[in-house]
Amino acid sequence: MESPEQIRERILAGFPGAEVTVAANPSPSDQRSLVVGAANGREIARFLRDDEVLKLDYCSNVTGVDWPEKEIIEAVRVELPDPSGGPPKIVEKKVKRVQPGCLEAVYHLYSMARGIGPVILRMRTANRGDRVTLPSLTPIWRSCEFQEREVFDLFGIVFEGHPDLRRILMWDELKDHPMRKDYVAPDDFEWEPTPHDAVLARAARHFQDPTPAEAPRSGAKEGAP
Amino acid sequence: MTITDEERDELRRHGILLTSLEELYNWGQSHSVWPLNFGLACCAIEMMAASMARFDIARFGSEVFRPSPRQADLLIVSGTVTKKMAPQVVRLWNQMPEPKYCIAMGACAISGGPFKQGYNVLKGIDRYIPVDVYIPGCPPRPEALLNGLIALQGKIGEQKLTGPDAPRHLRADTVCDYPVPEFGEHDLEPPKNPGVWQPPAPVRANKA
Repeated sequence: MESPEQIRERILAGFPGAEVTVAANPSPSDQRSLVVGAANGREIARFLRDDEVLKLDYCSNVTGVDWPEKEIIEAVRVELPDPSGGPPKIVEKKVKRVQPGCLEAVYHLYSMARGIGPVILRMRTANRGDRVTLPSLTPIWRSCEFQEREVFDLFGIVFEGHPDLRRILMWDELKDHPMRKDYVAPDDFEWEPTPHDAVLARAARHFQDPTPAEAPRSGAKEGAP
Repeated sequence: MTITDEERDELRRHGILLTSLEELYNWGQSHSVWPLNFGLACCAIEMMAASMARFDIARFGSEVFRPSPRQADLLIVSGTVTKKMAPQVVRLWNQMPEPKYCIAMGACAISGGPFKQGYNVLKGIDRYIPVDVYIPGCPPRPEALLNGLIALQGKIGEQKLTGPDAPRHLRADTVCDYPVPEFGEHDLEPPKNPGVWQPPAPVRANKA
């Protein structure tokens, strides 16, 4: 099978100016994936399906990833000019950089005709708040329908062009997307039969302490390892 | 003439059968507990095994799994109750006629089990409907289900026909309709039925 870099070259030959990058994978499997810009996503997916060499006719799995906003501290070397005229000093400065968050849809593609795969296709939304739209790939691979609904349900990615985008696992009235990193589960841990620290602390919040003297002690218990 | 239970048992040993209306009533009821034909997860597989020839739930008069809640006496909550399924379980319970009993089978039905900390699983069916017998296990073996059924039969056998300890259907002051939770924006509304379930007092580990 072609390497992701070769596939990228051929995509760029067909779609000049398209955003395609190969995402590295530092794990031992070294399974690199293609990160495709949302603007040309569907055309590139159609190209991958219809291409005579790859013929990726089977989408086995669609899943989502939540990338929250991340603060990255980088060490940057800065040259400080010496006021007395000597050689400039090189100082390492720590620079904080905020990497914006996004939601990501991941497609695992195989070829039944050629017996190859997987080719991993990823698309990213602009942010995690108001711009969470991606082109649906259900018109390309029909098997994406339910799985894109699941990604919509649990991550909140809106797939444009999906024939029937509804929640599939949770109920329609729910406002949350439970698989997002910032999801706050409903506080219904009133009681734990096998209590352990964090859950016990959540359960204890449901009870008022009978005496004020007990309050700091239960507070200290929450912080205890 | 009044006789005690001991005297009655003594007479039975000599071949003289005497009974009371209460005993007869409870005997008849406890030996024809018809479960609802209703399974939720892997515990239901054990429930099916219990109804087959090897374990043979028919020995206890409970082989008649009814496909309609209108004809069932026993709701075996056999498996994980997801929050999406919980209103339907409560609705089935409401549709069953009194007298009715509930067995929570397995860790999930009791407390949410291994899925307790998930976002989608109810932390015990006893938050919405009164449970008579809890069967721990993941899943419980068919023998455990049969043991739970025997425990339920014992409970039915000790019912009083009159007085404050009488079961729900023999009292005028109890409501046999349980509110069905609705799907809310973040959780089921209400998250529990306080008339049925109140959390026990918290364990205070370092109170010494």
